[in-house]
Amino acid sequence: MTRKQRRGVLIGTCLVVLGVAVGLVLYAMRDSIVFFYSPSDIAKMEITPGQRIRLGGLVETGSVKRDEGTTVRFAVTDGAEVLPVTFTGVLPDLFREGQGVVTEGALMPDGTFKADNVLAKHDENYMPPEVAAKLKEQGIWRHGDTNAEVKTQ
Amino acid sequence: MIAETGHYALILALGVAIVQMVLPIIGTRLNDPRLAAVSIPAAQLQFILVCVAFVALTVAYVTSDFSVLNVWQNSHSAKPMIYKISGVWGNHEGSMVLWVLILALFGAAVATFGSNLPRRLQANVLAVQGSIAVAFLLFIVMTSNPFLRIDPAPFDGQGLNPVLQDPALAFHPPFLYAGYVGFSMAFSFAVAALIDGRIDAAWARWVRPWTLAAWMFLTLGIAMGSWWAYYELGWGGFWFWDPVENASFMPWLAGTALLHSALVMEKRDALKVWTVLLAIITFSLSLMGAFLVRSGVLTSVHAFAVDPERGVFILGIMAVFIGGSFALFAWRAPTLSQGGLFAPISREGALVLNNLLLTVSCAAVFVGTLYPLALEAVSGEKISVGAPFFNLTFVPLMIPLLMAVPFGPLLAWKRGDLLAAAQRLTVAAVVSLAAMIAILATHQSGPWLAPLGIGLGLWLIVGAATELATRSKLTEVSLAESWRRLRNLPRAAYGTALAHAGLGVMVLGLVGTTAWRSERIEALVPGGTVNIAGYELTFQGVKERQGPNYKELAGPFSVTRAGQPVTTLIPSKRAYSVEKSATTEAGIYNSWRGDLYIVLGDPLKDGGYSVRVYFNPLVRLIWLGALLMFLGGGVSLSDRRLRVGAPKRAKPKTQSALSAGNSP
Repeated sequence: MTRKQRRGVLIGTCLVVLGVAVGLVLYAMRDSIVFFYSPSDIAKMEITPGQRIRLGGLVETGSVKRDEGTTVRFAVTDGAEVLPVTFTGVLPDLFREGQGVVTEGALMPDGTFKADNVLAKHDENYMPPEVAAKLKEQGIWRHGDTNAEVKTQ
Repeated sequence: MIAETGHYALILALGVAIVQMVLPIIGTRLNDPRLAAVSIPAAQLQFILVCVAFVALTVAYVTSDFSVLNVWQNSHSAKPMIYKISGVWGNHEGSMVLWVLILALFGAAVATFGSNLPRRLQANVLAVQGSIAVAFLLFIVMTSNPFLRIDPAPFDGQGLNPVLQDPALAFHPPFLYAGYVGFSMAFSFAVAALIDGRIDAAWARWVRPWTLAAWMFLTLGIAMGSWWAYYELGWGGFWFWDPVENASFMPWLAGTALLHSALVMEKRDALKVWTVLLAIITFSLSLMGAFLVRSGVLTSVHAFAVDPERGVFILGIMAVFIGGSFALFAWRAPTLSQGGLFAPISREGALVLNNLLLTVSCAAVFVGTLYPLALEAVSGEKISVGAPFFNLTFVPLMIPLLMAVPFGPLLAWKRGDLLAAAQRLTVAAVVSLAAMIAILATHQSGPWLAPLGIGLGLWLIVGAATELATRSKLTEVSLAESWRRLRNLPRAAYGTALAHAGLGVMVLGLVGTTAWRSERIEALVPGGTVNIAGYELTFQGVKERQGPNYKELAGPFSVTRAGQPVTTLIPSKRAYSVEKSATTEAGIYNSWRGDLYIVLGDPLKDGGYSVRVYFNPLVRLIWLGALLMFLGGGVSLSDRRLRVGAPKRAKPKTQSALSAGNSP
């Protein structure tokens, strides 16, 4: 093989692999990406029931109710709108009323949200940034920095 | 006083690093060897000073000096000693000091053991290493001083995030940083080569062991993190394709590619320009990891406190180093000489394929990790890219790579014989095909890819053994003779086989647990039972227990299998009073079949508890595989042909080994 042919083989292989990779990425982008919405977004937008989305906000105070078995009902709010959520499983340690939460699942035809994954993070003061940003837009939440009073030298 | 000493030492280290960055470069430009030689004591002094700062911070933690803001925020007097120490790097400021300490350690090692390097190269490398130290020391001193005092000093600290109070996690960051920062050596050598516009086999001879060591640490660091996530977070998963996990995985992929391309460069003097580029890319990805974790653009357990000023600073560091090195590459790379020729079917060709697939899959991970950030910055839309994306992109790119791995070591350099290699791999192919058929016949459940995955894992393991068998001429010569040959194989050969087999073991674990995992979520009252994977679990109610710095609600389960008692598992929920935080401690029983994994959930109305039970088949093999890869790297590193600091002495031997023992 001449140097030119060798280079041809090399470049050809690179192009094939790159092409396959780009194809895979584009294909995956179409189907496996999950959008993040707040209850207000969902009220405003037409979201097809069954489409996987993430819903974020605060767990409404007084809304957590346990059914028989391991199903839990609660409501997620961003101050403007409230969306009822059902979830079957074990809630994370820091799931609490009044705290920020991100749930993943799909809207049901009856307008409730069926979550199969609930994320609450490992920090008392934690607020998922998506939630914080949405709540800031609505003017409900301000940055409550617990260390603000600490005097540093 | 101790804290001030530490702070002072950090600032002095910054000054020394500036000297280390500037003078050697001037020295090599002006051909003044005395000026260039300043780099050596400067690198050593910088290391000593950073050591002083690190020790000072550690002393503040160990003695619970809460007049230091950082200690107050992240420690507590009631915390066990090991977590007081690991608390040093369990926060942003302290972990930056650890980062710089490791960076300085690598620099000092080149200064101390690099006496056989060409003088110019050593001076340039230390200057580049010094410039990285300047950037990060400046970052610490300007935005992240760990030695700030509070007045008046609080009575007790705020404690460390309880999920971080764990033995595996205590050592996860040091290993991870040793990996990240270790790649700075490859970067410094690459940039030094570009500055001088010349590069030779001695260069690769030096870069390879450093890269190998960094790769080993990163492998172990990532594995520890994943193991921790598995047993501590209580989700029963081991990898979540979380952006911060990806941030450590991308340098690993690029570093793995670099390891293999440096091999080609060392042995065959080819792929020079590519190796230099890959060294730059690998460290750039490490820097990007640091940015993603510390800038607050991501949400994760790993993300440190959000501070926009720090994010901007690190972005600046990234822009200078990544932009600068790429610009230098574009300018100087054409001056680097072209290397040796090889046919597409050859060891070099196989390693090029390895590099191609690794970098492309790394790029796919890169897109999946950064696309959501880019989209949000551009359109404000928020999306999450999770496991489905990576399963669709990363996994298909890995399959051809895994299939190709056993071929590589069996092909000769320059021009290989694919047919002969395939013939040698007959046994491996038969074993993996037989396993695939057996699984198809016995397991109707699970995805169709699962038998293929198990077959691939076995293909890698038997393929690695085949390489050793081939090189010891098993079946061609007498058993005694091939045993003698086997013992005399270079350690690098064992290292390769061990690491490749480790990859196979890991694949078995990944496939087994992903495909055949079972899960039950039940509401159980005391005395209630749940059945999973042949085990019967009986809930025995909950009781309260007191730990050193937490209270826990423990719910023991007795486990039986076919009527025989197996074990008692005690999952619990811990409440840490100081940190006002809770953690879930899973109860895990492990056997070679897999792990039984119980998580205690919330109390229910009728006095019962919700309980989540998993059976994760073969899951331990994931970490066993990673450990084998680490050990393989270690065995390879101990090969005297590769030993750091001994390249000259070993050189004549290497050449004879190259011609005699290295082509199978």
